[in-house]
Amino acid sequence: MIEREVTIRNRAGLHTRPAAAIVKLAAKFKSEFFIEKDNFQINGKSIIGVMTLAAEQGSKLLMRFDGPDEEEAYQAMAELFESGFCEPL
Amino acid sequence: MDQTIKKEIKLKGIPASPGIAIGPVFLFRKHEPIILIRSIAAGDVEQEIGRLQNAVARSKKELTKVFEFAEQKLGAAQSKIFEAQILILEDVILFEAVYKRLKREQKNAEYILKDEMEKYHQMMTASKDEYARERADDLLDVENRILRNLEEQKLISKIDGSHIIISHNLAAADTLIFSRNDVLAYVTELGGATSHMALLARALKIPAIVGVHQLLSLVQTNDQIVVDGYSGTIVLNPNSETLKYYEKKKTQYQAFEEALAPLRDLPAETLDGHRIKLAANVELEEELEFIKLRGADGIGLYRTESLLIGKEVFPSEEEQYEVYHRIAESVFPKHAIIRTFDIGGDKFMTQAMKENNPSLGWRGIRVMLDKPQIFLDQLRAILRASTLKNLAIMLPMVTSIKEVKLSKQLIAQAKDDLRVHNIPFDENLRLGVMIEVPAAAVIADHLAREVSFLSIGTNDLIQYLLAVDRGNDIVSDLFQEFHPAVIRFLRRIIERGTQEHAWVGMCGQMAGDPLATILLVGLGLDEFSVVPNILPEIKKIIRSIHYTEAQHVAERVLTMQSEDEIKAFLKHLMKHKFPDIPIG
Repeated sequence: MIEREVTIRNRAGLHTRPAAAIVKLAAKFKSEFFIEKDNFQINGKSIIGVMTLAAEQGSKLLMRFDGPDEEEAYQAMAELFESGFCEPL
Repeated sequence: MDQTIKKEIKLKGIPASPGIAIGPVFLFRKHEPIILIRSIAAGDVEQEIGRLQNAVARSKKELTKVFEFAEQKLGAAQSKIFEAQILILEDVILFEAVYKRLKREQKNAEYILKDEMEKYHQMMTASKDEYARERADDLLDVENRILRNLEEQKLISKIDGSHIIISHNLAAADTLIFSRNDVLAYVTELGGATSHMALLARALKIPAIVGVHQLLSLVQTNDQIVVDGYSGTIVLNPNSETLKYYEKKKTQYQAFEEALAPLRDLPAETLDGHRIKLAANVELEEELEFIKLRGADGIGLYRTESLLIGKEVFPSEEEQYEVYHRIAESVFPKHAIIRTFDIGGDKFMTQAMKENNPSLGWRGIRVMLDKPQIFLDQLRAILRASTLKNLAIMLPMVTSIKEVKLSKQLIAQAKDDLRVHNIPFDENLRLGVMIEVPAAAVIADHLAREVSFLSIGTNDLIQYLLAVDRGNDIVSDLFQEFHPAVIRFLRRIIERGTQEHAWVGMCGQMAGDPLATILLVGLGLDEFSVVPNILPEIKKIIRSIHYTEAQHVAERVLTMQSEDEIKAFLKHLMKHKFPDIPIG
């Protein structure tokens, strides 16, 4: 299992479009993927779950991966978050 | 019987999309299902699940149609929200939970689905975040769509005749689907100028007003009303005088738009022959056709960040090349200035960092110089697309000569890479910098010696110069385009740039403000790059003045000591010379 913290970097925060990008990326991996914020955990493969995360710019999230391709899944997801979902920062 | 004439009522909302509409109302009350709890016999649970799956499948079919229509009408970027709604319909976690509960609780699908989705909805509306409301609306719209399909109700999307659509709230999908009818305007009780509906209405060029409280209790379908999307005014039961006034206003604006059409193929040239380059700012490829119709002299700013929308990684050199190549071909023989990525983004660092002050942080050229591989990909892509010799590169957020020199080294390296592979490119591809940081303005002469052109980005420049965050409501009125310091700064940049034989343009919002046009011409600006919509107005102003007169105006303005004084002077001038041009 891998557990890492990431920061929301884009100005608009985790709105609908980034949520879609996260879920689409997560679906490419076999590993389970959870996101935790303020002791509240959601399944990162569920868009409706990701959409409930009130994560504005600068907020920190804990990502948890568990499965055969957890390392690759983590790397890919970390890149997506660190790019600020390729949106204005 | 009481034959009273209904009293005229004026209501104010937030203008969301410009234009004037006069016509009958279509009151759209969204189907809001009343959900009752019903028990399901154990033997019928599978059938109930099947019923839900059918409703989800129908909803998906509807939304896919909406998505495709949006893509074709508005382009890829604006249609992404519908893609997210489709993803909700495919959410395995959500539906597994629903099916599990259905089996365990043996209740009807409507009840379980609504109850399960309600949990998420509540979490979203509990948030203070402004985007959370939009997300909640997206979710609710999907929920209602499935519930409607469970009840096997048809979607209302066809209306006979031309109507002004009035609704409590209008989901993105409804806004779009209604636009297949003859919609004169959209008005909603809820919403802000940045809501999905407002954005879509602008893209569809349909007048719209949002945030008109209590409207539904005052109107009925087929009432004649007036919608003024310029000012955000709605008039119910308009009397004949009011109707006359708005009909006149409407024809005036239409006539003005039509009068501008013949200007399309004429140059932006003053009466005494001073030629200005009047180009367009472009964000999406879909705008390319539109800017031709608007008579733009090429593209003064192509924002490459639009290539990153919805992407998980930076687009490859090849992908970028395709886009830049299409742009070059589309505007040929005119020119296009491609601005390199203006974002922050520590793609390859494992430890993400938070910046306390992003606008003073890692942005624009700073990021690209720290990530030379990404920068080189982009530079090679632009160079490869430059074979028609009509492209130029522009660097954002430059603050020092060193940044320009490093960028030039990378451009030289990109050229070497291409030469090695015998790939053709424009050897003389021009380079320019944006002047959007006061430091760059102060060293404009040094910068101008290094590059072919300077382009002033007024939005950031004014923000940094006056130390005012435009997005901060408390101080936003201190953001003054016509602050004397701004005018002096502009004069200095233009003078220094011109002395060093670089041409000087402007691609910020001020370039598209009709109130500033005469002043900017007088200050000696060589190029204006503006949003396509406003281009004909700016051209008309330029073609109706003498350069000498504009210079005189600039000299006068430079002696003035306050923004109020400058604006009053320019407003008076505009009212006198161009009474039909709307100025803010």
